[in-house]
Amino acid sequence: MRRFILIAVPYLWLLALFLVPFLIVLKISLSDIALSIPPYTPQLDLSAGWDGIKSFLSELDFENFTFLTQDPLYWKAYVSSLQIAAISTLLTLLVGYPIAYGMAQAPDEWRPTLLLLVILPFWTSFLIRVYSWIGILSNEGFLNQFLLWTGIISTPLTILNTNTAVYIGIVYTYLPFMILPIYSALEKMDGSLLEAAEDLGCSRLSAFWLITIPLSKAGIIAGCFLVFIPALGEFVIPSLLGGSDTLMIGKVLWEEFFSNRDWPVASAVAVILLLILVIPIVLFQRNEQKQREMDQ
Amino acid sequence: MRHQLLTMTATIALMAGAAAAQEVRVYNWSDYIDEELLAKFEAETGLKLIYDVFDSNEVLETKLLAGGSGYDVVVPSGTFLQRQIQAGAFQKLDKSKLPNLSNMWDVVSSRTEQYDPENAYSINYMWGTTGIGVNVGKVTEILGEDAPIDSLSLIFDPANAEKLAACGIMMLDAPAEMIPAALKFLGEDPNSHDPDVIAKTEPVFMAIRPYIQKFHSSEYINALANGDICVALGWSGDVLQARDRAAEAENGVEIAYNAAKEGAQMWFDQMAIPVDAPNVEGAHAFLNFIMDAQNMAAASNYVYYANGNAASKEFLVEDVIGDPAIYPSEEALNNLFTTTPWDAGVQRTVTRLWTKIKSGT
Repeated sequence: MRRFILIAVPYLWLLALFLVPFLIVLKISLSDIALSIPPYTPQLDLSAGWDGIKSFLSELDFENFTFLTQDPLYWKAYVSSLQIAAISTLLTLLVGYPIAYGMAQAPDEWRPTLLLLVILPFWTSFLIRVYSWIGILSNEGFLNQFLLWTGIISTPLTILNTNTAVYIGIVYTYLPFMILPIYSALEKMDGSLLEAAEDLGCSRLSAFWLITIPLSKAGIIAGCFLVFIPALGEFVIPSLLGGSDTLMIGKVLWEEFFSNRDWPVASAVAVILLLILVIPIVLFQRNEQKQREMDQ
Repeated sequence: MRHQLLTMTATIALMAGAAAAQEVRVYNWSDYIDEELLAKFEAETGLKLIYDVFDSNEVLETKLLAGGSGYDVVVPSGTFLQRQIQAGAFQKLDKSKLPNLSNMWDVVSSRTEQYDPENAYSINYMWGTTGIGVNVGKVTEILGEDAPIDSLSLIFDPANAEKLAACGIMMLDAPAEMIPAALKFLGEDPNSHDPDVIAKTEPVFMAIRPYIQKFHSSEYINALANGDICVALGWSGDVLQARDRAAEAENGVEIAYNAAKEGAQMWFDQMAIPVDAPNVEGAHAFLNFIMDAQNMAAASNYVYYANGNAASKEFLVEDVIGDPAIYPSEEALNNLFTTTPWDAGVQRTVTRLWTKIKSGT
């Protein structure tokens, strides 16, 4: 019985917070736009009993999904979002790993302070932190004023309203999500392994490559997922820092929802976005599990 | 209207008055009222006023259509109001509770009837035009003394746009305002709902797209005032705000606003009561309070937009009533056009066209 409860709790959690919302969105994506409250049809009328459910189901169709294939805008936006998310995840890893490594190497008494410094920015609103980048990156912003003052550049750099600004924003915002899991993996690492490697004639660089990296793999993977997934559907950062030609699926979703008022198409876009995320993650996890079984 | 498209709505919750008092929740555009009026309303009626602000019609509409917004009074623009009435989002006004309706101005209420027949669901709050804001000094320096600062050709003629690109052009990120302007420039019906006619604006925008610095619905206020840009196609009150900011800063920037001589769009922001408003009684009290001549005048004197209240005119300051950019002459009024909402299919075509114009995809 105890075991049953232990298993049931995470499943219930998944059901209530993932599956049910997903089914609601899926249901809307199969319906049609209407001028009413809420703005789609058919509505599920449970008072009509079984017949109501049947007639409701018969009115659903995949029209909105076929529509998404007819306009290149949607797949272009998906591809461009995947690209932006992938590049920024890589950049975050390149910046985050050395920081996490440095933290794990630091003396024990420093670590709580360093950890606090990583978490500290979360105490300020996310929106305000992204806004302040406008002040830093704009043509008359701090960065350009500083570079002009040092004489490195003679005309202001245009960074704001470009994809570069979006990358900077994503890397800055999601950096702690990359650092923390890597740090926790590195912190647990047994230092004597490195000593043994050195004793056996392994150079420090190859010891890092052969021991530290593999042992922190779980942290790297967790960090990459934590950055990649929200970055893919990011809306606030591209709309504040990006230009009008920054194409991301979050913006397309916003326009479907707010400008076109087409909740069904917006939901279809969201369902596809979810599938793009869930399918590779499931495949990846299955692969990992297989490998673990093979290792044993 | 539409002051800041911040994608987020700021919230001003006024906590004055007794906590136990009845609440009235009002949802209005940002920077769109003299806040002293809010305290005055609470003092006069004993009701507690919760005043929230939004910055785009789309955000308001999504809240209304989702149902259960919790607001008692909301302020959509005409075309949005019309569609929301059709969707059943509002309740009819109980005119017996609105004695101040007699203050309203027939010139405006006859025009708002096309959105709201017999004005059954709404009262006019403010109205204005969409037109051209220019930095007079810079534009005449580039295009000469006879620069067409009151003509759509200033922006839509690529020859002019190309020359002005160096000093900066901005345009509203609002297809419902920009496409009618382009149609007017082409000599088409600005209120056309025919996708083929609307499509004719694509080459117009594509030709000038390289010269547009940004499509944005609020940044142009500061940019004009600071001299960062020299031309903006925007809302009257916003350009006038830029003019005043430049004058206060004494930075040598002189801003002028003109409704295009080809014809300019006239828009209306209407106050209405959602169908599921929790405090219908209080909502009527607020509408009646706003329609008081002196209150309405105080709001206009503060935000520099014209209102739909004839009785308020005697309380307006000269800066407002005497400015043809705010209160156009009879003749200029006849040159203004209004538009009606697109249906879902046309709206989709327009949004798609607008995405293409902005992003090139």
